Amino acid sequence: MAEQMTVKPAATGTTDAAVLGYRRSPAHHLAELMAAASGEQVRLREVPFLTQITIRATAPEAVEAVGNALGVTMPSAVGEVAQGEFGEGGSGSSGSSGSSGSSVSVVWLSPDEWLAVLGDEADTGVSIAAVVESLSVALGERRGQVVDVSSNRTTLELSGSKARAVLDKTIELDLHPREFPVGRAVSTQMESVAVILWRSADDTWLLMPRASFAEHVVGWLADGMREFS
Amino acid sequence: MTQHQNHHGGRLERGGRLDRDQPIGFTIDGTALTGYAGDTLASALVANGRLRVGDSIYLRRPRGVLSAGVEEPNAFVRVNGEHNESMLPATTLELRDGLDVTLLDGIGVLDDRPDRNEYDKMHVHADVAVIGSGPAGLAAAKEAASGGARVVLFEQDFELGGSLLSDPTITVADQGALDYVASVRAELEAAPEVTVLTRTCVFGSYDNNFLVALEKRDDVASAEGGVSRQRLWHVTAGQVVLAVGAFERPIVFSDNDVPGVMLASAVKTYVERWAALPGRDVVLFTTNDSAYETARCLTKAGATVTVIDARPEVKAATSAQEGARRAGLTVRTASAVVGIEGSEGVTGAFVASIDDAGQLAGDAELIACDLVAVSGGWTPNVSLHSQRQGQLAWDDVLSGFVPSAGVKNQFVVGAGNGTYDTDDCLIEGARAGRGAAAAAGFPASSSADGGDAVAESAEVWRARQHRAAGTVRPLWAVPAPDGSLDTHFVDPHRDNTAADVLRATGAGMRSVEHVKRYTSISTGIDQGKIGGVNTIGLLTQLLSGNDTKAIPSGQPGQDAADAVELTASGQPARRPTPGTIGTTTFRAPFTPVAFTALAGRGRGALFDAARTSPAHSWHVEHGARFEDVGQWKRPWFYPQEGEDMDAAVARECRAAREGVAFMDATTLGKIEIRGADAPEFLNRMYTNPFLKLPVGKGRYGVMCTVSGMVFDDGVTLRLADDRFFMTTTTGGAAKVLDWLEEWSQTEWPELDVTLSSVTEQWSTVAVVGPRSREVIAKLAPDLDVSKEGFGFMEFRETTLASGIDARVCRITFSGELAYEINVPRWYGLKVWEDVAAAGEEFDITPYGTETMHVLRAEKAFPIVGQETDGTVTPHDLGMDWVVSKTKEFIGKRSFSRAAFTEPGRKQLVSVLPLDHTLRLPEGAQLVEPDALGDYTGEGLPTAPIAMVGFVTSSYHSQALGRSFALALVKDGPTRVGQTLLASFGGKFAEVEVREPVLYDKEGARRDG
Repeated sequence: MAEQMTVKPAATGTTDAAVLGYRRSPAHHLAELMAAASGEQVRLREVPFLTQITIRATAPEAVEAVGNALGVTMPSAVGEVAQGEFGEGGSGSSGSSGSSGSSVSVVWLSPDEWLAVLGDEADTGVSIAAVVESLSVALGERRGQVVDVSSNRTTLELSGSKARAVLDKTIELDLHPREFPVGRAVSTQMESVAVILWRSADDTWLLMPRASFAEHVVGWLADGMREFS
Repeated sequence: MTQHQNHHGGRLERGGRLDRDQPIGFTIDGTALTGYAGDTLASALVANGRLRVGDSIYLRRPRGVLSAGVEEPNAFVRVNGEHNESMLPATTLELRDGLDVTLLDGIGVLDDRPDRNEYDKMHVHADVAVIGSGPAGLAAAKEAASGGARVVLFEQDFELGGSLLSDPTITVADQGALDYVASVRAELEAAPEVTVLTRTCVFGSYDNNFLVALEKRDDVASAEGGVSRQRLWHVTAGQVVLAVGAFERPIVFSDNDVPGVMLASAVKTYVERWAALPGRDVVLFTTNDSAYETARCLTKAGATVTVIDARPEVKAATSAQEGARRAGLTVRTASAVVGIEGSEGVTGAFVASIDDAGQLAGDAELIACDLVAVSGGWTPNVSLHSQRQGQLAWDDVLSGFVPSAGVKNQFVVGAGNGTYDTDDCLIEGARAGRGAAAAAGFPASSSADGGDAVAESAEVWRARQHRAAGTVRPLWAVPAPDGSLDTHFVDPHRDNTAADVLRATGAGMRSVEHVKRYTSISTGIDQGKIGGVNTIGLLTQLLSGNDTKAIPSGQPGQDAADAVELTASGQPARRPTPGTIGTTTFRAPFTPVAFTALAGRGRGALFDAARTSPAHSWHVEHGARFEDVGQWKRPWFYPQEGEDMDAAVARECRAAREGVAFMDATTLGKIEIRGADAPEFLNRMYTNPFLKLPVGKGRYGVMCTVSGMVFDDGVTLRLADDRFFMTTTTGGAAKVLDWLEEWSQTEWPELDVTLSSVTEQWSTVAVVGPRSREVIAKLAPDLDVSKEGFGFMEFRETTLASGIDARVCRITFSGELAYEINVPRWYGLKVWEDVAAAGEEFDITPYGTETMHVLRAEKAFPIVGQETDGTVTPHDLGMDWVVSKTKEFIGKRSFSRAAFTEPGRKQLVSVLPLDHTLRLPEGAQLVEPDALGDYTGEGLPTAPIAMVGFVTSSYHSQALGRSFALALVKDGPTRVGQTLLASFGGKFAEVEVREPVLYDKEGARRDG
């Protein structure tokens, strides 16, 4: 593994605020459209720049190790999301500045795949690099992978009393609270687009499409919202 | 078509489910008429004394309203508007103010004007789906909902109630029928987990209780935008209760299609539900007891009724015949209507006695009348049950096909199950509702009535059904006095008659499926609703005396046990039964559905995702024209003021070859690979070696299928001993990841390798051209960009001048000195703009996919999917150098097959048109110059002309100052220097075969 370091030393400090200012979120140009589509009964906005890390691990001790690094017990079944604190007060903050922390959610995606979601590093002070470093150390030489995918998807938040009715137009899954309670997240299709669908509160849903599909997903949601505007 | 104004009854003074305070004006064929809220178009027509509708589709015979529901075969209209809608049955069309319709002659024409209405979809999950809201469906829904289950009740009509709407005077559950409907509706609508959908027809039933239904929401279409006119419901149900009722069958006799011949149950519905009297002097022709209810209500409405009952005299005092006589009606038994007087409308019915064999037993007598109500018995509506391969059995007493074996997690109740007594429907429905609720895990509350009784055995229940149905004497075809069958209509919509069925059997058809296709019976809008069983019954008569073994077994609905009935003498039974003949196959949709409803909102921009890169807005602002590459919108070229495509591409090519240019390469597929065995894994996937690729370097690789055909290509970087970064073609991203996963998971699970797609994590800018080094030096001041310090196929992690961390690679797809800058996608726009700014002093030029194609084609770099089509090996592309001779890899063994080494394979060459301005069409065929013979390109050649190859890519080259093409040509490399003919569009052009690489063969430009 020595050669790895010859390419680039692991940078785990926080990113310069000016650099973070250069970021442009995938639905940035759709902000007005989403605001115009929103009303009393249903609202749509982007939650940009969440830190997202793909975690792959198979061996139980590897799964436990990355969970410890994140301060969670890794979820083990479809739909499950584990919640914890990374950094300050939490465990496994080896590379971070120590004066910052972020809540972390770990979404189960497949038997050996999870998505760790943390707040925007501009808000939390927890850099993507610090999380990647912490998890990579935890995984060690064991089979698996820790990959920064923060730019890979964006997060759209649909909320309001008619949010579920809007989703029911395109999502085939059963979104009734009996089957899809608050806190559940799954991979599914919205029309032809793969999304992670996450119920974060009674009337609040997060949809995470890959970045280039953000416009299409926003288009479908805004179209479905017209009935309730 | 002449308009026949008959003198039939009209609107009764009271009664009906109408809002008489709300008259509704409508127009039919230009004539203004009035109905009431609550009417259908058909009921309003009947109330206006108009039974006559359009003519029949082929024979152009006058036709009239036959039914009062979805089974209508005659009364089709076009609704005129901004977008005309055709072939709507008047019997289900809700009357609305200003409705403007044109009667159709059995066929409509699609309006070619756009339909600006909205259509959408909705997904719903239910514990129990109840289909149909007659007594059985209402009872089922009420019970199913009582325990808190999620229940969806579907009713295709705009009112709940089903048959109760036509039986308003009966008592149901100790209330008036309509009070019962209202009370159940109120109860259901008050339950938080219940959805009641009227105007919603379930037309398809699929595995795992997946149902598809169409809701007609015309009543809400006046609302603001976003409210659809029709909505397609995708329903996933734990349990399904089918309470879909039954269809009354017409009787097949001579001229049974004349306007004024109407189903007896429809007559009752028009009178009871809509207070519309279809006729005043009625001949009621029946084979069973049910039509006596129609006689009763007609009498009450003031009509005179003569009953013609096919059955012999029933002496019991309790019989329907006796009851009718006591009520003062004339009842003629063992008789039949054998013909009709009138053509535009019924003026009389010819009636004759029939013997036990159904043959005429006397002369016909004319009875003057203006309406002939007919009842040939009942056909349970088994379409949705049968769509799920539910079994059917012929029940001789009920004279119908009845569901026998059930479908998993489905219940069939009410008339759809052959249960015709209303009280029995309530019991059966309630039981099913309770059963479904319990199975779904939400047991019904015990206070509900009707469902607690211990269920009878199937035999006891069947006996109960038989008692309720009484005696039926089916008449499959009533003989005409002249012996003809030419106007005995079986499927009126298709204009098919008993004579057509006779022709089919005469031609040797035995299977009902063959007869259906030979005649076209049931292939139109009827789909077997009213014509199906009559056809099958007719076949039992026509095939009498034939060997029933000739009827193929195993058809849907066929009674296997009856298939071979042997007589005592060992001969086959003389007469097959409907059960031995079986039904045709029932398929979705149960009722017609417009394609536009199936499309829903997935039209225009919402039809498919248009994927864009983070710099898309820059491309748009700079005038890019876009090209679709898969779902991606990629800049194609950037025309400047006054430039056409050729001029823009030439300018872009010049910039890349002589100065500096940049391109958005974000769309390339990207996969991150990690594991101790990752080098070994890649070494097996790629045809060339990857074991010894040093960290910090990249390598171009080709993947083949197991058959040795080129599958994908791209450059893979080694980030660390155990980490690689693979790029794939734009279109191949998903399939390559699937391919790698398949081999990793199923063939080599022992290899420690893990794969993740990072296509969208990274944004990539290609900076290309002799002056690209200077641009990169400005952008990445920390980087040693010298030829010695940053070699070809190397990459560096660096921090750009902006402070953004980037991975910079030296890769070329043009042959020029070139770099690719990779940054996390959300920095993609910033870095693209920084490249543009840093390159400004060098006149940096953005270029699109067309210029990329020209540049790479000049260097003969193939594009997978353009130069390859799944039959092309790396060797065929002249890329022997990329195929290892020493290691094992996917596809290797195929290369030792004879077909790969024998001459005659099509191989990559370039071809140069002798006319330097001629750009050959891609796909143009290449032939030997002497292969044409006397063929000039006009018409077709007299004999096939052998093709030796075809053009795969064709462009104008700015660098060469001429047009050129790449082509796959048989034994191409051996033909270099030869002249071939390119054939396209009836023209021929001479081309010279050359080696593939036309520009910078030495590769001198790569390092700048």
